[in-house]
Formats: sequence, C-alpha cells, structure tokens
Amino acid sequence: MASAITTLAADAPQLSAANTGFMLICSALVMLMTPALAFFYGGMVRVKSTLNMLMMSFISLGIVTVLWVLFGFSLAFGTDSGSIIGWSSDYVGLSGIGITELWDGYTIPVYVFAVFQLMFAIITPALISGALADRVKFTAWALFITLWVTLVYFPVAHWVWGAGGWLFEMGVIDFAGGTAVHINAGAAALGVILVIGKRVGFKKDPMRPHSLPLVMLGAGLLWFGWFGFNAGSWLGNDDGVGAVMFVNTQVATAAAMLAWLAYEKIRHGSFTTLGAASGAVAGLVAITPSGGSCSPLGAIAIGAIAGLLCAMAVGLKYKFGYDDSLDVVGVHLVGGVAGSLLVGLFATGGVQSDAKGLFYGGGLEQLGKQAVGVFAVLAYSLVASAILALIIDKTMGMRVSEDDEVSGIDQVEHAETAYDFSGAGGGIARTAAAPAAAPTQNTKVDA
Amino acid sequence: MKLITAVVKPHRLDEIKEALQAFGVHGLTVTEASGYGRQRGHTEVYRGAEYTVDLVPKIRVEVLVEDEDAEQLIDVVVKAARTGKIGDGKVWSVPVETAVRVRTGERGPDAL
Repeated sequence: MASAITTLAADAPQLSAANTGFMLICSALVMLMTPALAFFYGGMVRVKSTLNMLMMSFISLGIVTVLWVLFGFSLAFGTDSGSIIGWSSDYVGLSGIGITELWDGYTIPVYVFAVFQLMFAIITPALISGALADRVKFTAWALFITLWVTLVYFPVAHWVWGAGGWLFEMGVIDFAGGTAVHINAGAAALGVILVIGKRVGFKKDPMRPHSLPLVMLGAGLLWFGWFGFNAGSWLGNDDGVGAVMFVNTQVATAAAMLAWLAYEKIRHGSFTTLGAASGAVAGLVAITPSGGSCSPLGAIAIGAIAGLLCAMAVGLKYKFGYDDSLDVVGVHLVGGVAGSLLVGLFATGGVQSDAKGLFYGGGLEQLGKQAVGVFAVLAYSLVASAILALIIDKTMGMRVSEDDEVSGIDQVEHAETAYDFSGAGGGIARTAAAPAAAPTQNTKVDA
Repeated sequence: MKLITAVVKPHRLDEIKEALQAFGVHGLTVTEASGYGRQRGHTEVYRGAEYTVDLVPKIRVEVLVEDEDAEQLIDVVVKAARTGKIGDGKVWSVPVETAVRVRTGERGPDAL
C-alpha cells in the first residue's frame, strides 16, 4: 500500500485493465489464504476439535464480508478524521461508488481496492483463532470477531494504510500488513488467552497434531496465496515494486524454513514437517512489512532471523504458562515484530520509498518510526482485545464447559465428527421416520 | 480346541499368513492393536514439545485350532513373526470350550 505512485502521472490516472485484472486475481489469492489457514490450524489440533478449528476461520469469511460492505470499508478507508478513523457515507453499503470510479491516485476501481482489502480484514481475526483452540463457544467467537474487527482491525488498518492515518503519515513502512495484520492478530491472541486461560490438560496431556499432512497442505496454500497478499499490496505493476515484493516473498520464506529446520535439528535432533511448515509461515509473516524495501539478500537475512526467532519463541508458552495453543503469538506476533523492525535495518532506499535503514546509511530514524508502529499496534490490540474478551466472558461466557471441552468441542458446538473411523457406523441409529434423531452422544474415538 | 493369539509387528503379517496357509489353516482374524513390552515406545517432538509415545502399533492375529496342532502351529507363527530385534511380540494359546460355524450350525472341531 504505502506511498503514492501518483507522482508518475501529472494527469489523473486512467483505469488500467492489466492492473485491475491482476488485482482481482490477487484478491482471489488472498481469499484462499483463509481456508488455507483453516487447514494449517485444523491439522494441528486433536481429532476432537478439528471441525471447530476449521469453522473458526471459515466463519470469518461470512461475518467480516458483510460488516465490510455495511461499514468496515468506510471506517478503514473513508475520509480521515483525527488521524484515528475514517468515514465516507458513499462507502456505506458500497453503494455510492461508481463502477469506473478509481481508487485515489491509482489505476484500479474503488471496488477492486475494497474487495482486495476485504480479504485482509477476513484473515486477520481468523489468525487469532489458533491461540483459542478446543475451548471457545462458537457464538462467543462470532461475537468476538464482530466486535474485534469493528473496534480494532478497522481503526488499525486506517492508522497504517488509510490516507491521513497517523502511522501512515508518520512514515511507518508496512508494505502488506506486518503491523495491521500480524502484530495486530498476535497481540490480540495474547490478550484473549490471558483472559480465557488454558486448555484443560495443558502441559499434562499429550496434544500432538492429529494431521501433519493437513498442516502441510495449509502451509503450502498459504505460501501460494501470500503472493497475492504481498505483491498485490502495491495495487499495480507500473514500476516493478510489486515484482520485487513477489521475489522477496519467495526468498524470505525459503530462508526462514531452512533456519527453523536447522535450529530444530541442532536443538531437538530431527527435521520435522511441522517445523518446515511453521518456518515457512514465519518467513511469510516477516517479509510482509519488509519485502517492499529490502533487497533479495536482505530478504534472506530477514527470513533467517525471523525463522530462528520464531522457532525459539514457540517454547516460551511452556516457560510462562500461557496457552497459545497453535503459536499465534510465537509466529505471528514475534515474526511481525521482527519483520517490522528489520525494515529499519534492511531498507535499501531504492525500492518502495527512499527511506534507508541502518545498514544502508540511513541511521536510526526509520528504525525509530518502525518501533513506534510496532508498539502502538501491539499495545492497542493487546489491551482492546483483552477487554473485549473480558466483556464477552462476563456476559455470555467465552468457554465451553470443562466436560464438553474434554469430550470434544466438535460434537458439542457443531453436532458433527471430523472423521468416521468406525466401520460399524459408530453406533449411529438411522431410521426412516426420524433421520434427525441421530444421537449426539456417539462413541468418542479421538485420542 | 485352542485359541492361538499372536501380537506381533505389523510388517510380519504377510509372512504369518503364508506360513499358516502352508500349514493348512483356513481362517484367521486380524485386528490392529497397540501396546508395548520391553521395547517401550519412542519420543516425538512437535515445535520443541516432546511427547513420549508409549504405545506402538501391533497386529493381533487369532487362530482356532485343534488341540493336537496347537504347539506346532505356535512354532509356525513364531518362526514367521521373528525378526530377532526387540519388539517382535508374543504368542500364546488358551483352551476354547466350543465353536460354532454360524452358517451351518456345525459345532466343535467340525466348525474350524
């Protein structure tokens, strides 16, 4: 997103069919990341909560889309007031926008920009769900998403990317969402789990992933979709910056995967599948804010640093006793902070803007701005998310009962079972008269 | 009659089946099982968290035989199942009072 390419054209920009087509494809790629995330997380939980994990991501596609059309786009990208929030009545219901009206300063229609940004708003709350595995009431989660995107995501997206937003105006570089998406989601995850507490049996019961192939599938699709997320964030291809971002996305992800695997091999003795998938995601997170300002060699360094830091950070939850179930804090918060700060070291000054990092003779100025962006988003999201979780917990309750959590949230919240392992039909009674009377109390077959 | 039960390594199943067929056994039951003996389990690591997996996959083979064949059949199974490494499993036999072939109603050794 970031700075403007308006300087290229003295005349008003014209609609570009190439950029518009490219951005529609990028929007579809980013949309795919949410189901991909569902698989990535879904494979990591135990059998009994697979469906709930998938649904926590999937429901975001429903809720956030509707909110975005109604008022979300307006709050995030409407006319600025006070550098804090936007509002444009034309954007309410997306109903006052002409079909050929261009996004200010760019060559794509407002509609295209709105749908591209929508996909970011969808995946960000979905990212939080990984920390809340196995234990949150589905209605409470749906309410949380609604409140959280309204009070946290839409304002923060405005700060970071909206014209007039205070971090945007200050010159904080966040190419595709290191602060607005990853630090935001990671800090929110931490805020919520501090309120709702640990899973039953945390640190005592074995909680190993039930399907690593599903995790790999999810990580692979995330990697693929992320090209749209990152390269698309330049909103066009007129000056090559999006292409640099595309290259750096691939490079940093590769380096981060290798770094995580190397750390694991040395520390724990094996190259694990989960390590490869996690390392790749850590690299994707870290290059998200930084890939539009560094060189490919810088991308290798950023990826490797993030891979290593995240591999170390995922162990902290056992030390400090907070149950970040699928390491949203360890990967997204830590990776997002690393990537955002590393802009201040590795920005070459020759890609998305002329701001130089410390290693390219720019001194500490950009690093300082990055630190402000990191701290502001982290602190606001952490506190606001904890308060939202506390309010929901005190009113309707965030968690399912202990019995329900132990026997499995899938059957309690969704009345379904992810896999039918039993050749004998699992004891399900089916009668012509009452097909709906299939018992919800099936034999529990999970680990 | 005797019921011979063998809990052995899964990859020995084909050898056991072939050896039993060569011996003249016409039917058997196989189930997937898990357990441990002296071999114990192994350790798995997920994002640095170590889990000790006690129970390892085994298969359980069950065969009904006439009394006079039991000892010889046990030898056949043991020979087919053996790899010489720890974790090869166990074979045992218990007496069986009666057996019925469901389709015909035949009882005792005729049902085998």
